[in-house]
Order: sequence, then C-alpha cells, then structure tokens
Amino acid sequence: MDMIHDIPARAPWSGIIRKGQTIRIEDTYGQQAIDTLFYNAADHGERYSSQDTLRAQGAAYVTTGTAIMSNLGRVMLRVTADSAGRHDTSAGCCSCESNTVRFGHDTKFQHACRENFILELARHGMTKRDIVPNLNFFMNVPISPNGAMTVDDGISAPGDHLELVAEMDVLCVISNCPQINNPCNGFDPTPCRVIIRG
Amino acid sequence: MHIHRTAEQIAADRQRYLDFQRAGMEAKTLPEPSPRPAPEAPDARLTELVRGGWYTTLHLKAGEVLRLVPGGASSVSLAAWALADMSERLCLPDTVKLQWTTDLTKGRVIFSDMGRVMLSLVEDSSGAHDVLTGGSTPETVADYTGDAARNTRDNMLLAAAKLGLERRDIPAVLNLFAPVRVDAEGRFTWRPAMLAAGDWVDLRAEMDLFIALSNCRHPLDPDAAEVPPDLSVMCLPAQPVPADDLCRTATAEAQRGFENNARLQGAF
Repeated sequence: MDMIHDIPARAPWSGIIRKGQTIRIEDTYGQQAIDTLFYNAADHGERYSSQDTLRAQGAAYVTTGTAIMSNLGRVMLRVTADSAGRHDTSAGCCSCESNTVRFGHDTKFQHACRENFILELARHGMTKRDIVPNLNFFMNVPISPNGAMTVDDGISAPGDHLELVAEMDVLCVISNCPQINNPCNGFDPTPCRVIIRG
Repeated sequence: MHIHRTAEQIAADRQRYLDFQRAGMEAKTLPEPSPRPAPEAPDARLTELVRGGWYTTLHLKAGEVLRLVPGGASSVSLAAWALADMSERLCLPDTVKLQWTTDLTKGRVIFSDMGRVMLSLVEDSSGAHDVLTGGSTPETVADYTGDAARNTRDNMLLAAAKLGLERRDIPAVLNLFAPVRVDAEGRFTWRPAMLAAGDWVDLRAEMDLFIALSNCRHPLDPDAAEVPPDLSVMCLPAQPVPADDLCRTATAEAQRGFENNARLQGAF
C-alpha cells in the first residue's frame, strides 16, 4: 500500500523506508528544492555521505543509477528513476547564518533548511552535529570545469519525480526548502509529496 | 493551503539574486599562486613530520598559521572544529556555495557551518584542492599493503576520538594537494600537472581551532597504491593582520563572514 505524505511549503518531514521499499519524491509544482538526508534507521551514526557517493560514481551529480552511499561506504539506497535529469549534492542546505554571508545580514531572520533539519532531527534524538552535506533533489547547481558554481533556475517541471529503492532500513529527513533569495525554489516555495511503496 | 508570493516580490528577489550572482562570479583579482618552495620558518612553535599513511591532531590559536608541506606529490585531508563549540565545524558546501566556486586558491577562505570563517588560505602554491570527493576509505585501499593500506576515513575516526569526538562529528573533509576537477560532462578528472615539487599552503586560523590531518593519498590518485611521503606540519606564530588583508577583503562574502566572526567576539 502506498503511504502518501504531502509536505507543506517550507516545512520539514521525516519517515522510515524499510529495506526493499521505494521512496518516490515528487516536485509537485516544479522548481522546488527538496533538501534530503538519510540515516541508517538502526544506527544514526551511519548516515549519508556526499563525498563517498560522488567519488564512488566518479561524477558530480545525482541521477538514475546513483548509489546513495553512507559514511561507512555502504549503499543505503539506489536511484531507480529520475524524470528531472540531475540533482545537486555539493551545495548543502541553506541556513540563517550562511544567508547573512550570501545575501546580507538583513536575511538572518528568515526560515531556512538548517532550522528545519535541527527541529526534525531533534524528534529522533539528534542535533546540529548530525547534519551532514545533504542531497538537494530538484536543485540545479552546475559546476564548471573552471570551478565556477552557482544556483541556477531549476530544471524540474510540475510532477517531476525520482524514485529510490532502500538497501537498508533508512530514516529519511527532508526540509522542503524555504529559500527565497535564490532561484532554487523559483523564489516561491511550494509543497511537495513523498510516497513510500512496497 | 499554499499562498504564493506575488509576481512583484518574485521579480524583486530575482533581480537581487542576479546582482549577487554577477558580483560573485565576475573574474576575481586574486593573486598568482605562492612561489615554490616555502620560505624558511625558524620561529615555528611546532614542527612535526607526519609519517605517510598516518594522521595528527593539533590546536591552533586564532591568528596562528598552519603550514603544510608534503614530501612529494601527495594529498592531505583536513578537518576542523571550533574549540569554543565543537559542534561548529568545517562546512565545505557553504565554503564553495558562498564563494561561487569549488576552486580554493590563495585569497579564499574556509567557512564553518555558522557563517563564520575558520581558516584563510593566505599562501598556496598549487590551487589544486578537492572539496567534492573525500578521502580514502578501507574499501579504496583494500588492495594495498603496508602504510599505503591505511586510509583517511579510519584516520579521521582515530583523530576525532583523540579530540573527544566521534564518528558523527566528522565533517566532509578538505583534500589539499588533490587536483580533482569536474569536466564538461560532470565527471571527475585528476590533473597531476597542477602539482609540483615544493608545493605548500599556509592556512591562518581565524578562530581557536582543533585540526585533524590525514596524510593519505587521494583515492583518485593514480599512485594511490604507493606509500605517501612524510608530511611536514608547522605552526607559525600570529602576525598582525593589516586592514587590507587579502583574505579579509577579497570578496563581499568573505567580508560578511569576517563580520560574523567579529560579532561573536562582541566587536561588531
């Protein structure tokens, strides 16, 4: 039976995906960054590693075929479908603090993904220490051969989705990104949907 | 229900972003790489040779300079924590996002997860550093022998433990002297010509720090099966920082980062 979770704009969410189940993440309205972390449900010290994931696949973006690796070098999930094309995992999540550096001190008191992650992780006994470089589904961050890196307009259309099959029991923690200072959400954060199958 | 923002709000925020983007991505007048080799450092308060494959930990006071000189073309992995609050730590995603580049060269800075500058790259001969692909692991060295079979993941776990930390405290690591670049198709390439004999970096601590260093070859290094050369680590005393200091003034983002540092110290 499908378990459907609609995540309001700007809000966090978390849930368990059992080994063998599929998590489908839908960008319901398009151009909405969905910041995502994974933890081994039985041992939160084992968690998503962007660096191991990228090095293992030899390429800088996440898409169909990407093995989502842990900090212990194990496969947590595999991306089995992706209608958007590619996703970032190098630019991290937004925070009140980094917003002040990127966009000026007047942006300090705006809601941010790090706030969502801290609040949601607290429900599972974790803290800021447990935030690692995350996956940014539906966020378009091209990296040029000369190193230049920027957040560009999202390439996802309404209804675009990706699917990941879990290879261990994982806790998924999402921040439906509230950023309004760059194009990662089309300057207009929208709801998204998560479906757990199997 | 979702309340959309108005077209006027969106247009204003888009224009503001485009202005930041243009300023952030325009060609920076950063200096040429530092000349090789590193100058003598007779006043170093600490000098250590880190054996190939091994690690070390050290404590840097704000203003002190960490000098790293590999004994040959070989990488060094670095992690850093704020001494005053070990939950504040090296944050590479913010470091590259805030500076609009993955290429860290002389004049760039390294941010914590709190929007503050931890380290300034005050001298750098190569500009060949990797933020994206991490260090070696038990899996990547499984076929090697001797100290070449030691790896950065385990070294960082050991180093963290000796600082009172554990696995969950280990951030994504910065690989110095690791010439990894992304090609036009998004694939990683190793560019050995970016490295040369006598390469070195000076990293100035911008707050009191704990540092962990792992002297292992990078997993994408074609010579990864070779035992790494010894790494020379020095800690140089603090010097006065002039008002026009390169790293503190090179970009608007770095300036705002240092304003956040100053705010923590009650000076801003």
